[in-house]
Amino acid sequence: MAALTTWESTLKERALAPTQASGRLYTAWLAGLGLVVAWGFVAYIYQWRNGLYATDMRDRISWGLYISAFVFFIGISHAGTLISAILRASNAGWRSPITRIAESITVVSLISGALFVIVDMGRPDRLYQFWLNGNWQSPLMWDMMAITIYLTASVVYLYVPMIPDLAMFRDNLEGRVSRFQMWLYQSLAIGWDNNETQRRSLAKSITVLMVLIIPIAVSVHTVVSWIFAMTLRVSWNSTIFGFFFVSGAIYSGVATLIIVLAVMRRIYHLEEYITPTHFKYLSYLLATMSLVMIYGNASEYITKGFKMTEEDRFAFEQLFAGDFASMYWFYFFGGLVLPALIVAFKPTRTIVGVVIASVFVDIAMFIERYFIVVAGLRVPTMPYEPSSYSPTWVEWSILASGFAGFMLLLTLFARFFPILAVWEMTEERTSDQTSQHDRELEPAP
Amino acid sequence: MIQPKTVAFLGAAGLTLALLAASRSGPVPTLLLGVLVVLGAVPVYLRRSFSAAPVEGGGPGDDNTALRETPVELSSGGSSRREALKRLSMGGAALAIPAAVGAPTVIDMWKAKASDGPATGPSGRTRQWGMIIDLRRCDGCQSQGTAPQCTLACIEGHFAPEPMEWIEAYEAEMAGGGTQFIPTPCQQCQNPPCVSVCPVTATFSTPEGTVLIDQDRCIGCRMCMAACPYDRRFFNWGDPPIPPEAMLADYSVEHQAPAKKGTVMKCDFCPEMARAGTLPYCVQACPNDAIYYGDLEEDIATNGREVVAFSTYIADNNSYRLKEELGTQPRVHYIPGHGELVGRDRFTEGRIATRWPWVERVKGAVTWRR
Repeated sequence: MAALTTWESTLKERALAPTQASGRLYTAWLAGLGLVVAWGFVAYIYQWRNGLYATDMRDRISWGLYISAFVFFIGISHAGTLISAILRASNAGWRSPITRIAESITVVSLISGALFVIVDMGRPDRLYQFWLNGNWQSPLMWDMMAITIYLTASVVYLYVPMIPDLAMFRDNLEGRVSRFQMWLYQSLAIGWDNNETQRRSLAKSITVLMVLIIPIAVSVHTVVSWIFAMTLRVSWNSTIFGFFFVSGAIYSGVATLIIVLAVMRRIYHLEEYITPTHFKYLSYLLATMSLVMIYGNASEYITKGFKMTEEDRFAFEQLFAGDFASMYWFYFFGGLVLPALIVAFKPTRTIVGVVIASVFVDIAMFIERYFIVVAGLRVPTMPYEPSSYSPTWVEWSILASGFAGFMLLLTLFARFFPILAVWEMTEERTSDQTSQHDRELEPAP
Repeated sequence: MIQPKTVAFLGAAGLTLALLAASRSGPVPTLLLGVLVVLGAVPVYLRRSFSAAPVEGGGPGDDNTALRETPVELSSGGSSRREALKRLSMGGAALAIPAAVGAPTVIDMWKAKASDGPATGPSGRTRQWGMIIDLRRCDGCQSQGTAPQCTLACIEGHFAPEPMEWIEAYEAEMAGGGTQFIPTPCQQCQNPPCVSVCPVTATFSTPEGTVLIDQDRCIGCRMCMAACPYDRRFFNWGDPPIPPEAMLADYSVEHQAPAKKGTVMKCDFCPEMARAGTLPYCVQACPNDAIYYGDLEEDIATNGREVVAFSTYIADNNSYRLKEELGTQPRVHYIPGHGELVGRDRFTEGRIATRWPWVERVKGAVTWRR
């Protein structure tokens, strides 16, 4: 038992350490991100005053970088909740050190994604109309509802399993952090003192949430795809879209999770807990999803390409040989085939290799979102010359600010909240050693 | 004794009811609220169960004790039972109210905005506006040496900001060579894809069969522009270039002026002109009398020179509708042309550009490409 206690106290120290993070590099990192976010605000004010005229979107290509970013961010939100819920549901023991980070990615990316919809709106001042005169028929309304529900569910799902760790923060950080933070932990821990009743309620709640959250997450990205698939545009007219978007979401979600894990592991010295095994398992998931995506591409384009109607021909030519060809082939070979190959061979299946594969996946998935939106809208619906679109500095600035905001929120989360599920890891370890308490933690039938 | 909890509960319930009563789309927020409440209940449940007395000894054998001990608080005495009943009835009220206020929003609004209600024909039935465009007579005004005059008149009449052409003469290739002009207003679909996707009911179908946009409600999401298969919707990307006199127009959902930044506009089929007993700008302006406007209900249409029976005229002339296979059921019918009578001068490069007459007069206005 002594070994366990030493192990536990080291783990606690590692989990508490990020709240004390400091140093020149850390400050510079925060300041840099803050500056990019602020620059995005400047760009947005410019856009607010001039209207969407500040962007290069026009009547015929009426969505662009913002909507691509929205789809991308909602996509990577699947990193967390869905993956952690699936791993929890399948009782995969190795999950416990990575679930918290995964869940925090979900919440943060949902916030970033939802903001991009508002940035894209012509009249954000009329947002309240959603409430006053909502039209339940509209896919955008479904989307608004799905995202609100998903965000709430993810926050609750992030919070509930964090209660014991917040209690741990409350008990161990006295005097080391500000009084406000202590008050925060005190209130958020809602009186957790690790007794049997509490443990049972917690297990029950986690089970309920876990079961709820999987269909919610799947529905969210399905509904996002329906914004496109419910229109009469030829490139979007596809029954596979829901499946395609959900797979793409999980794919880019896993990639983002791998990147964030690698960074946090390095910065917060979590090498002992986030091990090469985690990267190996996650990379298997990544490779599987890449095969699913390749299959999805084949299924989507071969069925349409075989028949090749007039409008499909235009869409195909611009995607495979025209303006969007370099994007598509980078996406296909760099974003789908290459990552699968990196994972397939043992010498490249290292942490560095897997992280490189993930970076490729994320870039490629952003590009995929972009060409789905822009190339889809570019197909002429009437006899007019196809339009063109190249984002302006305002759009690039706001996009950069979105990514910076994403990283900033994650950094701040790590600063104020436990990024390791200490109690679950301890439990895992204890049950490995004694395997006695295991049964009691199962939810009552 | 009033508990702070009761106050909070009543406050929350009152706020919810007020919001629901203010909302015309009862079911949507109710559903949303329902799910949020269910999810929010989890932390509340945890909080309660954490503060319950810990079970002595713990362990799986003590399950029964734990279960019996938790609800003690709830079942002590009649007052809390009454409380529970009260809460139940409040819940019932919350469900019943949206059903009462959730009346169809579109018709309400239409009635409120249009002064006289839908236009009716001699039979007393509601007019059903439609249009016939005879392509045999359309040469895109190339023989007149102007840009299409339907477009020009529409722009002037509606103060349409540059570069919007609510009725636009597309020039389509013909199978046997040469081109054909197709003046295209909003098709006024009877199964409008744009109306179904609008998240805030800013665009809606009227009893007269037209599709309008409420410029005071549009949030500028441009979902309808993605949904329209005819490229007939226009967005005010910047401050719309409109003449000062447009600002004098008393805004009505039927004529859209004055244009506002960040909203979607389109051809409105001139319902207020029809009600006043005159023809739409495009019909009046066409030098070849190619455009007929009429009422399907009375089965009549006119180009301002002759009166025809709507149904017979379109049947006798093999009319078609644009992209009929999509099932949008447009109200605009086309009589196929062949470019023989009045064709495009093949030796002239390009077309005469449409001009927006007031652009020079508008200070600081911006225009953009289509």
